Amino acid sequence: MFRLENITFKDVLDIPELTISSHKITCIIGESGSGKTTFIKLLNGLINPTKGTIYVEDKDIRNMSMVNLRRRVSMLQQSPSIYEGTVKENIQLGRFFSELEPASDQEIKQVLDVVHLHKELDQDASKLSGGEKQRLTLARMLLLPAEVLILDEPTSSLDQDSAHTIMKHVLKHCKQENKTVIMITHSDEIVKLFAEHLIQLKEGKVVRDEEVEPTWNQK
Amino acid sequence: MESEIIEISWWRLIAAYIFVVLLIVILKWRSIKREKDVLIATIRMSVQLIIAGYILEYIFKNEHPLITLGVLLLMVGFAIYTAIKRIKHKISIQMKKLIALSLTIGVLISMAYFIFVVIGLSPWYKPTYVIPIAGMIIGNAMTGITLGVNTYMNEMSSQKQLVEGALMLGATPKEATRRIANRAFDAAMTPIINNMIGMGIVFLPGMMTGQILGGASPLVSINYQIAIMLGILGAVALSVVLFAVLGYRTFFNERDQLIDMQ
Repeated sequence: MFRLENITFKDVLDIPELTISSHKITCIIGESGSGKTTFIKLLNGLINPTKGTIYVEDKDIRNMSMVNLRRRVSMLQQSPSIYEGTVKENIQLGRFFSELEPASDQEIKQVLDVVHLHKELDQDASKLSGGEKQRLTLARMLLLPAEVLILDEPTSSLDQDSAHTIMKHVLKHCKQENKTVIMITHSDEIVKLFAEHLIQLKEGKVVRDEEVEPTWNQK
Repeated sequence: MESEIIEISWWRLIAAYIFVVLLIVILKWRSIKREKDVLIATIRMSVQLIIAGYILEYIFKNEHPLITLGVLLLMVGFAIYTAIKRIKHKISIQMKKLIALSLTIGVLISMAYFIFVVIGLSPWYKPTYVIPIAGMIIGNAMTGITLGVNTYMNEMSSQKQLVEGALMLGATPKEATRRIANRAFDAAMTPIINNMIGMGIVFLPGMMTGQILGGASPLVSINYQIAIMLGILGAVALSVVLFAVLGYRTFFNERDQLIDMQ
């Protein structure tokens, strides 16, 4: 899906070569300040590399429209962006931003089910707790037809148990829809359970890049 | 109803400066160190108005389309300069250009409509009408755009995460900043709308007061006042909507990325 060649971003990142394959769950780990978020912002086209080339399915990212790229490669922020309005309006916004038809209530309830958020659709979204907001933004993303989902610590506001349960559901959903998932996480447990490809960053450099065997299907 | 305006003789005018003396006495008595500001303000007001008086006297006596147009452009130029100076944030060159463009277009269109359609002024460049009307329209448009820009800049920094979040979900820059643009527009329009609500009850607007003092019937002067308020409303709305609709471009590069993230 992505191929990086001689990428640098200021003095934050320095990646001579890296490939991320389609339809896999890639986990990115590393201490804070190691360049993880910068790395995924490059993939989502929010920033340009200082040097080097990024290929998205063999197409140079420089020749692509960034808005179209972001509709194929959707990204979720670590602290959830909740806009004025209800739960339903917030969920529909994702589809609205991507210029898609609104989702049906049925579809919305399905994705809310995936993230275990059982709230009334007309509830004011700003009144939700941190963890609920995070799940709401996850659900919003699941309603997008993007091929790639990039998640920046999607469960940072959740307790460990619900984090695992929810990620299991979310990733199962992504697998069913044949999506590529790239996820930053600090949880060893999540890596062990779900990662098929593991990338570790340290001071802007890739210090680990290997295929791994997830354990969640074995249970 | 028609009355001759009473001229204020120079010694009566000097008598009016007693109010400044009064203020300075109060400041001294309360030990508030503002005497210098008061003196400077008084001198500036007096000198500036005297100069303006002579200039207007000259312009009114020498009616000429080029002179009127020149004064008009000078006023717009000064308004642009003041608006940019009043903005509390560091703004880009593109933003400054946009402010100049919005203010100029907004003011000129509403002025033209006002002069040709609403008053049907003939000749159109009659400075006794054009210049005071331009003063009111430009002044309000300037305040409006300053408020709009300040709100826009505040929101762009406080709501940056939401803008970024929208981009990540595939929004175009225009869509990602739509709420901010609307808030800026709203903030710019609020004072003038409030002003209209209180008008005639809480205060008599300056132009109407001036016309009544000048001997015009209140019924004539309200027509002018209503028309000018609507003209001001139009000028502020046009200037600010232009800015609000195009403002987002100054924050993004040609690849639809936020410039300050690069």
